[in-house]
Amino acid sequence: MRLVGRSLLVGLWFMFLTLPLLAVRVNTITETVEWRWLNLVWVGLGTFILSLALALWRQRSESQPQRDDGEGDITPRWRERLFHDQTVYRPLLIMALLATLLLPWLVDIYQINILVLALIFVVLGLGLNIIVGLAGLLDLGYIAFFAVGAYTYALLNINLDLGFWAALPLGGLAGAFFGLLIGFPVLRLRGDYLAIVTLGFGSIVKIVIENEDELFYGAMGIADIPRPGLLGLDLSLDQSTLYTYYLVVALALLAIFVTNRLKDSRLGRAWIALREDEIAAVAMGIDMAKCKLSAYAFGAFWAGLVGVLFAARNTFIHPNSFTFAESALVLSMVVLGGMGSIVGVTLAALILVLLPEYLQGLAEYRMLVFGGVMVAMMVFRPHGLISPSRRRYTRPQAQGEEG
Amino acid sequence: MDYFLELCLGGLTRGSIYALIALGYTMVYGIIQLINFAHGEIYMIAAFIALIVSAILTINGFTGVSILIIAAVIAILYAAAYGYTLERVAYRPLRNAPRLSPLISAIGMSLFLQNYVLLAQTPDFLPFPELLPEFEFMDPVAHLIGSAELVILVVTTVTMLGLTFLIRSTRLGKAMRATQQDMTMARLVGINVDRVISLTFVLGSVLAAIGGVLVGSYMGQINFFIGFMAGVKAFTAAVLGGIGSIPGAVLGGVVLGLTEALAAGYISSAYEDVFAFGVLILILVLRPNGLLGRTVRTKV
Repeated sequence: MRLVGRSLLVGLWFMFLTLPLLAVRVNTITETVEWRWLNLVWVGLGTFILSLALALWRQRSESQPQRDDGEGDITPRWRERLFHDQTVYRPLLIMALLATLLLPWLVDIYQINILVLALIFVVLGLGLNIIVGLAGLLDLGYIAFFAVGAYTYALLNINLDLGFWAALPLGGLAGAFFGLLIGFPVLRLRGDYLAIVTLGFGSIVKIVIENEDELFYGAMGIADIPRPGLLGLDLSLDQSTLYTYYLVVALALLAIFVTNRLKDSRLGRAWIALREDEIAAVAMGIDMAKCKLSAYAFGAFWAGLVGVLFAARNTFIHPNSFTFAESALVLSMVVLGGMGSIVGVTLAALILVLLPEYLQGLAEYRMLVFGGVMVAMMVFRPHGLISPSRRRYTRPQAQGEEG
Repeated sequence: MDYFLELCLGGLTRGSIYALIALGYTMVYGIIQLINFAHGEIYMIAAFIALIVSAILTINGFTGVSILIIAAVIAILYAAAYGYTLERVAYRPLRNAPRLSPLISAIGMSLFLQNYVLLAQTPDFLPFPELLPEFEFMDPVAHLIGSAELVILVVTTVTMLGLTFLIRSTRLGKAMRATQQDMTMARLVGINVDRVISLTFVLGSVLAAIGGVLVGSYMGQINFFIGFMAGVKAFTAAVLGGIGSIPGAVLGGVVLGLTEALAAGYISSAYEDVFAFGVLILILVLRPNGLLGRTVRTKV
């Protein structure tokens, strides 16, 4: 009963909080006030139920500590089998791959286009995962590298008439270069300062693009960027979209493969060590400057690479595609997926792009829900949907997995 | 020369608002080492509430300064309530989590509050009523500084002096300083640390709300996004001055405001943000702890 009382108070408190903004809407021109009391009732009811459910859940988990321990034992075992037992995960991976390859033959052009976008964000998520997830460097301006890639292709195409394939590696390299550029001044900064500097860097890139009309075509954007070419063949729009789809699938697979190998490499383990404890890592002889810079370069490389593809897919780019909202979107993919977990980030990227596309009614509430989920995730499941599993090294005599 | 003076006074006005918001950042950071990304949203919400209240009052026949006072008081009270709730919901459960967690939670909260206002009110700019009074004695210098700017300068200065007094000479200020120095020790000598942290958020939100009301009626229009940019700028100011340091926040705000005003006046107003961030990056490279920040040695 005490819980109900408390929850009632919580509901009333939130009704009070949202009173002026949710229940009132003023029109300053016609000087009328519109009262929307119903909204308030929903807020009160919603927060009451939420708070009650939370309190009950907390009470239950407190009163049954043993049962919790038992569950805690089973979950990792199930997860371990999924991720470490080859007989389990190999068929699953092959099935997922087949599904990805066959999917475009089952759906129409519009859906393929959305899938391309989703996969572009998968690559972006994986790239940011290197910086934030593995190396633990919070980057709030990641989308700037994406913009660098997209504009590299567009400008090279206009000025030097370079094709997609020539621009692809150049876009990646340009991204990596900018990654190093931002990496140098922030080497000595701690996490929080880093966040604000990267955010500033992201804004600077967007503002410069927006205002330099002669160099970057400013707020008009750049139109008529050629789609990716295939050996000089003339492709119809449908064929070209299909081709782009397979390209981005290949790129996403490459990104998954590379980041997966990178994670267990000497460099990858150095990143994780730096993330966990910088002082201890440096004391163990890890070259901090080299590691941080390479994390920025690798992460930004993927953004630049996929930026070229983004420009080619859209055939039109505009500075407004590269705002803080997009940076936040990619960051929430990494956070939701579980920082450092490749499977998690991939899934989160697909969910976050595809869900709003198919639930059009939700599109309006998308950012609201993102924000709420980011908070809830940190409070209840700080390790993300699929928390990253550390690789375990077994002794040589224990046959099976190689170290 | 007049132009230069005008730019400087404009920059000072802008800088004093940055300083007001920056104080909220710096106080919270000083105590729990968290960048409260949602601080700018509190400022935005306060401006919205002031707008709504003053519209209701105008329709019901109130006039003059009474509107300003009632609207400002309600906005400040609500901002305090929002600040308190914010800390309870998004930060307190994460007190002992790794440092990245509360930061991400704060970014989430900022997105949430922005879109809450966007959906509950409107995505467009709303005209903000002119609440600040016009003084006739300002006429001779009107080409340099307007009445609104004078009011902003006076109010921010008085508020900052009040804050300094509160932190230096009251029980609460003492408790805040103790918590900032060593949270465990503060708890051991009987300070209710959770309450001190809550009150710090409330205090910061009150300052942000004062800033919101002043800027709203100075700029003449508001929308759901003003908090983000103001928050980023104010945080930049706090970092510039050395985060955690209260005089540093004021100094940083003024430096930032002047830089922006001069860059906008002599180069191009499109690039004022670039200059603001440029100065930030430059200062952080040269002095990673800000202008007045102290070097913190990490012991292992």
